[in-house]
Amino acid sequence: MNLAELQKKLIAAARAHAPGDQVPYAFEKRVTALLAARVAPDPAGLWVRGLWRAAVSCVAVTLLLGAWTVFNPAAGTATPDDLSQNFENALLASVDQNDQAQ
Amino acid sequence: MERTEAELIAAVLKGDAASFEPLVQKYSPRVFATARRYARRESEIEDIAQEVWLKAFSKLQSFRGEAPFEHWLMRMTVRTCYDFLRGHQRNRESAFSELSEPETDWLERFVADPGSAAEDANAAKLLVSRVLEKLSPPARLVITLLEIEDRSVKEIAGLTGWSVALVKVRAFRARGEMRKILGKMAKDKYL
Repeated sequence: MNLAELQKKLIAAARAHAPGDQVPYAFEKRVTALLAARVAPDPAGLWVRGLWRAAVSCVAVTLLLGAWTVFNPAAGTATPDDLSQNFENALLASVDQNDQAQ
Repeated sequence: MERTEAELIAAVLKGDAASFEPLVQKYSPRVFATARRYARRESEIEDIAQEVWLKAFSKLQSFRGEAPFEHWLMRMTVRTCYDFLRGHQRNRESAFSELSEPETDWLERFVADPGSAAEDANAAKLLVSRVLEKLSPPARLVITLLEIEDRSVKEIAGLTGWSVALVKVRAFRARGEMRKILGKMAKDKYL
């Protein structure tokens, strides 16, 4: 078999059968819709949205803590085992010692 | 009044995505015709075309308007087709024993008398697509552009981003690769 001739024939066959250029119906509409969905939002908008979300979370945490402080039956009655009292004592231990020395 | 290409591109760059639609409408036939040279299934062809347009939109800022928009777009199309070929190499594994009857008939006619096997026959078209599918991606690209589309080496270098020397080397190798595939086909079929 003459391979060079076959190669030439097949290349000629490929040239003779140029592919069609038909485009599927409403292809451009689909591309435009995809692009519109992909268009990046502006950074300022993203920042504002993030800030709003953070503000809502902060308000929720504040309300929860406030409610807990108000409705906690142990609030306002500091016992010797109170963690905050212990922490304060440890923090101000050196000052207390100075006061006692004087 | 119809807007010029430059006006449409400027509008798209300013954020008016709808101005891209006339460009898609105008150049999609060329994009589809090119994609059909490298992919067989319509779903794959459509995917390639869609990817080309999405890339074109996102890289539109890099279009400086020194060359026509069509050239810039065709470069992108050819490169996307090449990426597609590199990602879909599974078809290269099929054997020539799977040739259809018209393809076998056409080959037999060619063996008996090369002049009697018509190039415009549908079987020849099927056979050449089968042979092209067996080529490596760079070989297929270069054979398509150089031999089938009859483009110059310089043009191919511009379209693919390869150097002129690399195009020549790849063209030489591609012809050898094609010859080897045809040799294998002859051996499978007639030995």
